[in-house]
Amino acid sequence: MNRRTAMVTAPPSRQASDRVLEVEQLSVEIDGPAGALRAVTGVDLHVGRGETLCIVGESGCGKTMTSLGIMGLLPRRARLSARRLALEGCDLLALGAGERAALRGNRMAMIFQDPMTSLNPVYTVGNQMEEIFLRHHKGGRNEARERAEYLLQKVGITAARSRLGQYPHQLSGGLRQRVMIAMALMCEPILMIADEPTTALDVTIQAQILHLLADLQKEYRMALMLITHDLGVVARMADRVVVMYAGQVVETGTAEQVFTAPLHPYTRGLLDCIPVPGKTLRGSKLGSIPGMVPSLIGPIAGCQFRNRCAHAFDACTAAPVPLRTLGPDHQSRCLLDEAPAPRLSYPASAEAGR
Amino acid sequence: MTSIERDRLTLPTGPAYELEAPSPRAVMRRRALTHPGFLFGATVMIGTVLVAIFAPLLTSYDPFAQDLAQRLIPPVWSAKGSFAHLLGTDGFGRDYLTRLIYGARISLIVGFGAAGISGIIGTSLGLIGGYFGGRVDSVVMYLVNVKLALPGVLVALSLIAVFGGSVTVVVTVLGLLFWDRFVVVTRSVTQQLRINDYVAAAEAVGASSRRIILGEILPNVLNHIIVIASLEMATAILVEAALSFLGLGIRPPTPSWGLMISEGRNFMFFQPYLVAIPGVAIFLLVIAINMLGDGIRDITAPEGRN
Amino acid sequence: MIRFLVHRTTIAVLVALTVSIIGFGLLRLSGDLAAALAGDTAKPEQIAQVAHLYGLDRPLYVQYLDWADRALHGDLGRSLFDNKPVAQLIGERIGVTVQLSLMSLAYALAIAIPLGVLAATRPNSWIDRLSLGLAVFGQAVPNFWFGLILIIVFGVTLRWLPISGSDHFVNFILPTVTLGTSVIPAIMRVTRTGMLDALDSDYIRMARAKGLSAASVLFKHALRNAILPVVSLTAVSLGFLLGGSVIVESVFALNGIGFLAFQSILRTDFPVVQSIVVFVSFAYIVLTLLSDVINAYLDPRIRIG
Repeated sequence: MNRRTAMVTAPPSRQASDRVLEVEQLSVEIDGPAGALRAVTGVDLHVGRGETLCIVGESGCGKTMTSLGIMGLLPRRARLSARRLALEGCDLLALGAGERAALRGNRMAMIFQDPMTSLNPVYTVGNQMEEIFLRHHKGGRNEARERAEYLLQKVGITAARSRLGQYPHQLSGGLRQRVMIAMALMCEPILMIADEPTTALDVTIQAQILHLLADLQKEYRMALMLITHDLGVVARMADRVVVMYAGQVVETGTAEQVFTAPLHPYTRGLLDCIPVPGKTLRGSKLGSIPGMVPSLIGPIAGCQFRNRCAHAFDACTAAPVPLRTLGPDHQSRCLLDEAPAPRLSYPASAEAGR
Repeated sequence: MTSIERDRLTLPTGPAYELEAPSPRAVMRRRALTHPGFLFGATVMIGTVLVAIFAPLLTSYDPFAQDLAQRLIPPVWSAKGSFAHLLGTDGFGRDYLTRLIYGARISLIVGFGAAGISGIIGTSLGLIGGYFGGRVDSVVMYLVNVKLALPGVLVALSLIAVFGGSVTVVVTVLGLLFWDRFVVVTRSVTQQLRINDYVAAAEAVGASSRRIILGEILPNVLNHIIVIASLEMATAILVEAALSFLGLGIRPPTPSWGLMISEGRNFMFFQPYLVAIPGVAIFLLVIAINMLGDGIRDITAPEGRN
Repeated sequence: MIRFLVHRTTIAVLVALTVSIIGFGLLRLSGDLAAALAGDTAKPEQIAQVAHLYGLDRPLYVQYLDWADRALHGDLGRSLFDNKPVAQLIGERIGVTVQLSLMSLAYALAIAIPLGVLAATRPNSWIDRLSLGLAVFGQAVPNFWFGLILIIVFGVTLRWLPISGSDHFVNFILPTVTLGTSVIPAIMRVTRTGMLDALDSDYIRMARAKGLSAASVLFKHALRNAILPVVSLTAVSLGFLLGGSVIVESVFALNGIGFLAFQSILRTDFPVVQSIVVFVSFAYIVLTLLSDVINAYLDPRIRIG
């Protein structure tokens, strides 16, 4: 029965594109008592088939809002605007609410941070998985159930059949997250967005879940967008990285570029915060970025990072900084022409011994 | 010095970005002054209290003085009304506005009194049950369940029939009827507070349970109690009106609004104002108290409620 | 779930026991019952005779056990007023009260739940304000007064509806509206809050992320969770309606047990009052136990544990 293992529902004919997701100048504003909040400003990104894009940044930098905007799940008070938002070449902005809903869970799926609260406590796991299939496909309950069982096995859950009849509160945290992943795969989406999928889990389980995601991505050739604040996850999973700060993209490039030669002082600051075994001097202070994120209300005045930046100069205050291409596919929103000097210094002996 | 320290010295010292958070009191005051429900409720409440206190100054009539020649005069806006009796007179010729004003005293006394008594009973039980937990808590919950099972109105009617309808009896009986909500709220808040570190710190220092309950927990439960007290006060006023209406509440000729409605019932079809006016008074006072209670709850809620 | 239910049932039984003792005690409050029965002009020996006749000279706990024993066998004593068996008096009138309570509850649910759901799905809209306004009104208006106003408007001025008696269904319309309006606020508030919480939750966001239809999100996912506290409240409200019918029955001259209780209190016919108080309490206890059972069944976290 091939329906179980591989079903591809062909989207209406659109021009073929190796870029699964294209986002140009996406902005999200949230109305509040003090004025409109710039949650996301002018974000550009793209993800291709079989590619993993990681969005990194601290809490409140706009990474979750970006993903919600892409999915069409923004809260009531938020307003989205974008020059282009396309899935497999299909313009999402031109679609009505119903058509958007038809794509969700179908061609594009999302996994959230806390699997306990994301699952409805009054329905069984099986019910919540089957309803996705039934919503998007003409098929019976039996087909849905078989596919659900198959996917549970695929994500490494034993005794899958009996799990279908269980309720969320009966499963452990790691199991629940696997269920979430299986749920996301019910209709074999081409794009999977995972918002902090491992943050709520124990460290040992984290590794397993990431491993699972990587395997599934390879098998289904999905475009995977991974949102995290954990640089370890980025190092492990990312093909390309987007660094966000105060609602803007401040750096984008391949994982290697961003990790070995970060261009933006903020990225440099993030990396400096991580102690490196064997290199960081014992007793030396870990890097930290002093100051706080600026207010997100009102127009952008100059570089948003300038008040926390060791290399700021007058031009940084003058006008908003554009995203500048400073290397092959490596961009940074900074006026500096070359990478800032690293702040941690290593003893000469360690350098020599490398 | 290391390059790190050198870098630190050259960091720009820009304007401080630490926001100074306003004090809780200032926040509450700002909220209070912009909260329409709270303002309305507080205004009406204060107004009613003032009217009740200064009743003799506001009206020259005696609420008990009957004048059978002046019976059933309609209010001033009606054809046969006059400015001598702004709200008309009742079946015994007593000025209605005066009765209404003095009736406010009864409503307020009953409201504050009943809320006070039930507040003391309920809060004490709630504190004890919430703080000590275990068996003590089970006993408290059992008492609450017993109280909830009893039909309050019927029991109140019976008690008043036995002990008479003086204001004291009515207030006491009502006070014994409404403490259950106090218990539930106080108990749950106490349970939450109990696990806080400052309680553990007090225990570690050797403070007695009584000191902890009164000194640490009670102040933090206070704003919840005030909100519940306002709601129960409104309920007490409504129930007293119902009891008096049935004839088993405040005894005539004392002017209770409920009693006035009952007395007006006989003339209801031709002089509906006798029934309508006291009812509107009750309605407005109760709404005001409810809005005041809701307002206090909104104002004292911790930040992040929005 | 079994453990939960056993626990609840035990408490219910204990409470019922206590209530019966209190109800029994109500009767004794009125002073010397024997003297009251014997009359104002009775001499001491006559009073003692009456006391002995009614078993009032026995120790209290014996009287209680005797009463309880008889009550369990259906003998609730006799009315002091007309000497009819109390059980019969209650039996004749219970139908009216139950009908009034059920109709009031149905009316309240039919208005409160849809309003609560609508208000939650469109916060700050006119319907949200209307429902909150209705809640405020329903809580503040004295229900006996509301009944009188309804009588004036609909019964007299417009002459659409009858205003007393309990013969026909039509007689129940005004009393139902009067009594039901007092429970609408609480049910509507709980529904609205429950729906707001549910709609705000992660699992609803998840449901939308799955592309489910709006109806499915609202009813299958949100309402199913929001309804749990409403069930408990409904049971409690029904108990409250049974007890609170005293006032409405008196205003509309409906011949139910509430009106009977009121008349009996006025006539100091305490055997009747005592039995009605205990009866209503027991009904409330049974209803709350039933709502616990339903709740346990509806919530898998309790059902399976």
